[in-house]
Amino acid sequence: MKTILRPALTLLLVLTVLTGVIYPLVVTGVAQVAFPAQANGSLIRREGKPIGSRLIGQPFSAPQYFWSRPSATSPQPYNGLASGGSNLGPTNPALIAAVKARIAALRAADPGNHAPIPVDLVTASGSGLDPDISLAAAYYQAGRVARARGVSVRRVRDLIAAHARGGELGVLGDPRINVLELNLALDAMK
Amino acid sequence: MTAQSWGLLALFLAVTLLLVKPLGLYMARVMEGEPIAGLGLGARLESRLYRLCGIDPAAQMGWKHYALALLVFNALGALLLYALQRLQGWLPLNPQHFGAPSADSAFNTALSFVTNTNWQSYTPETTMSYLTQMAGLAVQNFLSAATGIVVAVTLIRGLARHSARTIGNFWVDVTRATLYVLLPIATLIALALVSQGVIQNFSRYREVKLLQPVTYQQPQLNGAGQPLTTAAGVPVLQTLTARTQTLPMGPVASQEAIKELGTNGGGFFNANSAHPFENPNAWTNLLEMLAIVLIPAALTYTFGFMVADTRQGWAVLAAMVILFVGLYAVCNHSEQRGNPQLTALGVNQRPNSEQSGGNMEGKEVRFGIAGSTLFATASTVTSTGAVNSMHDSYLPLGGMVPLLDMMLGEVVFGGVGSGLYSMLIFAIIGVFIAGLMIGRTPEYLGKKIEAFEMKMSAIAILVMPFIVLTGTAIAVSVAAGRAGVANPGPHGFSEILYAFTSAGNNNGSAFAGISADTPFYNTALGVVVWLGRFWPIVAVLAVAGSLAAKKRIPVSAGTMPTHGPTFIALLIGTVLLVGALTFVPALALGPIVEHLMLWSH
Repeated sequence: MKTILRPALTLLLVLTVLTGVIYPLVVTGVAQVAFPAQANGSLIRREGKPIGSRLIGQPFSAPQYFWSRPSATSPQPYNGLASGGSNLGPTNPALIAAVKARIAALRAADPGNHAPIPVDLVTASGSGLDPDISLAAAYYQAGRVARARGVSVRRVRDLIAAHARGGELGVLGDPRINVLELNLALDAMK
Repeated sequence: MTAQSWGLLALFLAVTLLLVKPLGLYMARVMEGEPIAGLGLGARLESRLYRLCGIDPAAQMGWKHYALALLVFNALGALLLYALQRLQGWLPLNPQHFGAPSADSAFNTALSFVTNTNWQSYTPETTMSYLTQMAGLAVQNFLSAATGIVVAVTLIRGLARHSARTIGNFWVDVTRATLYVLLPIATLIALALVSQGVIQNFSRYREVKLLQPVTYQQPQLNGAGQPLTTAAGVPVLQTLTARTQTLPMGPVASQEAIKELGTNGGGFFNANSAHPFENPNAWTNLLEMLAIVLIPAALTYTFGFMVADTRQGWAVLAAMVILFVGLYAVCNHSEQRGNPQLTALGVNQRPNSEQSGGNMEGKEVRFGIAGSTLFATASTVTSTGAVNSMHDSYLPLGGMVPLLDMMLGEVVFGGVGSGLYSMLIFAIIGVFIAGLMIGRTPEYLGKKIEAFEMKMSAIAILVMPFIVLTGTAIAVSVAAGRAGVANPGPHGFSEILYAFTSAGNNNGSAFAGISADTPFYNTALGVVVWLGRFWPIVAVLAVAGSLAAKKRIPVSAGTMPTHGPTFIALLIGTVLLVGALTFVPALALGPIVEHLMLWSH
């Protein structure tokens, strides 16, 4: 047994140091030199202060902002410390009730808009931190945002088109738009 | 299915198949002990390491000695990981000052990570210190993957060697698999991930100001931490406003890389690969899916090369690819159709140039239906269990595919090493069945398949269904098991069935609504992951040892070729037959009945 215990223990400790200490330190070292912005959270800064991450969504409910997707994190939506989805099953009455409430809120904020609502705008994301909405979800909200800001729908739609992303290699990435960046661009619009 | 869904599949398979031969060849050289060009530093490190550990690299082991070394090494790993979690409050690299997780949670986590399962009953971003993540959990991501590789290699040696009493040296095999295969590839993947936005730092969590403050309600607590209720028993809610958002930080990329490459799947964050800091865009999603299947796919070439007939490896790979395409197609089709109850509410789920449509509950916009379902399939046909979308919210048939992927024994690519050795066991059973049909002594690659191999193969295959179905039956029979269910009706049964299927197959994904951080589930699933991992491994090592000792019989006119379409069909048939016969009744009670309920309206 001793011929097994000694190599087992020493090998475990040596490989722990190698893969558990040296490996992450080397990756961190290279990452901090080569990709410092990405390695530290892709932060957006205004006057030196971080006001969010390009990758982490934020909640919006005011009519003059584009709304993000519903988030199932608790206690508040887009809670960075409790990432996760709703885990509601497809036949769960609670899912249908939640979707109905979201539809009602969207309709109430934009009474004249009778277009069908894009699915991502009424379903909770997997992470609860989804930074994107589909292009369809952005165009759906364009009229409301334009009215609340007193600008033409045309300008808002142009802004959406300018921020649209997706379709890399034709098969990667779905048509989408980063909500925080879009809203910051709205605020910067003269 | 949309053109994009087929296109993504084609791109994914093309890149995978291109890498199979070079990586497979490289792994064969590593595992046959040849010096590796360009890694001279590794060779010096390697020989010094053997001296330090008192290992004679030239010594060879019989299968029992090999199995004992493997079990002791993994048991010590589990003890170390348990200790690290329980002591993390006193250890460095804990900027958020997390205390120890509970004993049953730490027990479950330790066994789960050592067995390549990575079932997570805890919320990582509020539980685990950076030290526990990188020096505990990530270490087992490497070592459990290396363990899988070496078991597969010993089975290959058993088939390749003849009249031999030994199957290799466990210490050398594990060291070389870690040093030359896992570490270099993981480093490359980690850096590629960082370049796309996966974080890698040791900072404290960051506070950022929200553009629009958010008001929300939560139950008010009394001094003892219990929710306050009115006289009628309704919880008292208080309204709060959050003006900031806390962004978790940490050394994520280094762990993310080996999490996928080693088919481990334990997320740095609760949302796993759905979290934007783990998987920020469609490119990283593709890279992570490739990392998942890379080694399992390439090992088929290693197998063919080491038994000196590469056609044997390609045949096994062909069976895997055919099954993979079928499983993905069902999952993708189901999710792209969307939820009929939402269509009835006037929600637009149709795919077009502005949205991916489909069932988006629990999915991320940047992955859409194609990137979500392909990831789900890749993650559950292998033993990974990482998720970039929440399987619990899949439509009944869409969610049945991940379940079925695991129930087939994770042989479609499968876990690192475990996929190949399980598939080869199915091959042995396949040729046995074929032998019975034509009345000949079955043989595989010139080795006669006799009673001992068949007994061990049967054990290796049947342990999993036995512990999965027994565990599920116990859980639905006791109150502690039923208490964990989150969704009503047959979906709740699916949650329990999924949990035990995931544990028994060392997958680690979940129908995550289930509340599994309880003493009952932590203990039961901890036991199941351990049995599901090491019981088959010992049986496989026994088969390897027994095959290695046999003489090779020459190919004759009566030998059934094991590289043509007939064999591929036989292999696929065996996998489907064993899986279906075992699990169809259980599936009928869960996803199938739920599907009928959903679409009957």
